[in-house]
Amino acid sequence: MALLDYFLRKKEKQGTTASKAKERLQIIVAHERNNRNKQPDYLPQLTEDILNVLRKYVQVSDKSLSINLDNKGGELNVLELNIELQDENNPD
Amino acid sequence: MARIIVVTSGKGGVGKTTSSAAIGIGLALKGHKVVLIDFDIGLRNLDLIMGCERRVVYDFVNVINGEATLNQALIKDKRVSSLSILPASQTRDKDALNKENVGKVLEDLGERFDYIICDSPAGIEAGAMMALYYADEAIVTTNPEVSSVRDSDRILGMLASRSRRAELGLEPIKEHLLLTRYSPKRVAEGEMLSVEDVEDILAIPLLGVIPESQAVLKASNAGEPVILDTESDAGKAYQDVIDRLLGETVEFRFLVAEKKGILSRLFGG
Repeated sequence: MALLDYFLRKKEKQGTTASKAKERLQIIVAHERNNRNKQPDYLPQLTEDILNVLRKYVQVSDKSLSINLDNKGGELNVLELNIELQDENNPD
Repeated sequence: MARIIVVTSGKGGVGKTTSSAAIGIGLALKGHKVVLIDFDIGLRNLDLIMGCERRVVYDFVNVINGEATLNQALIKDKRVSSLSILPASQTRDKDALNKENVGKVLEDLGERFDYIICDSPAGIEAGAMMALYYADEAIVTTNPEVSSVRDSDRILGMLASRSRRAELGLEPIKEHLLLTRYSPKRVAEGEMLSVEDVEDILAIPLLGVIPESQAVLKASNAGEPVILDTESDAGKAYQDVIDRLLGETVEFRFLVAEKKGILSRLFGG
C-alpha cells in the first residue's frame, strides 16, 4: 500500500490537513484584522461613559449617540461624536 | 543606544524563553553587551533555562520598588561575561510594572548594554503589554500550528497599536518571524503548515526556522541554552538567527526532511 500511497500523495496536496489549516487561518485572520482596523476596543465603553455623563444634564436615548474613530491618513486620527438631542417639548 | 528586542508570541509554550536564552547568549558570544529580562512576573523561568536559578537574590520587581539596585539584581552569566540576566519575581504582584517604572529601568539598562532582550509572558495581559511597550524590534515566536499562528497575528496587532512607537507615531516596531518546533517531515506529508504557509498568513519577514529537536529539552534539563550545543540542529539554527539579527544574509537550513532510501519509500518505513 505504501507504493500506492506514494503515487497518490502528490495529487492529494489540496486535501491535506495542513492545507485545511492554512485555509481556515487565512479566513479567521483576515476577519480578525478587519475588526481590528475598524474600531479600537475602548469605543463601546467610551460610548457608555459619555452617555452616562450626558444623562446628568439632558435626556438621551442609547441610539442618540454615534461615535466614530477615523484615520485620516498618517498621524491624524479624528474622533467623531454625534449627539442627537430630543425635543424637550415633544419627547419622542 | 541599546536595541530593545521583545520575544513574544501570544500563545504559551511555543519557545519564547528558549529563544530568548539562545538569542541572549548568541549575541553576547559575538561580543555584544546583552541583558535578558524576564517579564513573566510570578512565573519566573528564564533563570532555569539559563542555569542561574540558584544565584537569584533580587529581581526585577525589587529594582522597580527601590528595594535593590540594578547592580544587585543583575546576574552575570558564568559562561559569557558580557551577558546579564534580570530575573522576574516569584511573587505575583500584578500591578508592580507600569510604563513609567519599566521605562526608567530600561533607560538605565540602555546606558550599559547594547541589547536588551525582553522575554514576554504568554497572553495579552498587562505583563505582555509591558514587555512589548518599549520595543524597537519584536521576535514573534510561532509554532506551525493553528492556535499559535492566530495568536501571533493578535500580537502583531498589539505591536502596531499598543506600543510606545505606535502611540508616539514613530517608525513602527520591526517585526521578525521565528518559526519554532518545525518538522520538515510532517510538512512534506501535508500534516503541518509549511514556512511559506505561515509567512503567507502573517506577512512579516522570516528571521529563522528552528527544527523540532531533542536538543532543546536536553538543553533546558541542563540549564545550558541550546545555542551552546553547537552540534545540534536547533543550536545551528539559532546561530543563523543571530547572524541574521546582526545583518548578515544566511541561507535557511533544516527546511527539508532527510531523504528516505528508495526501499523504505516503496515499502513504507
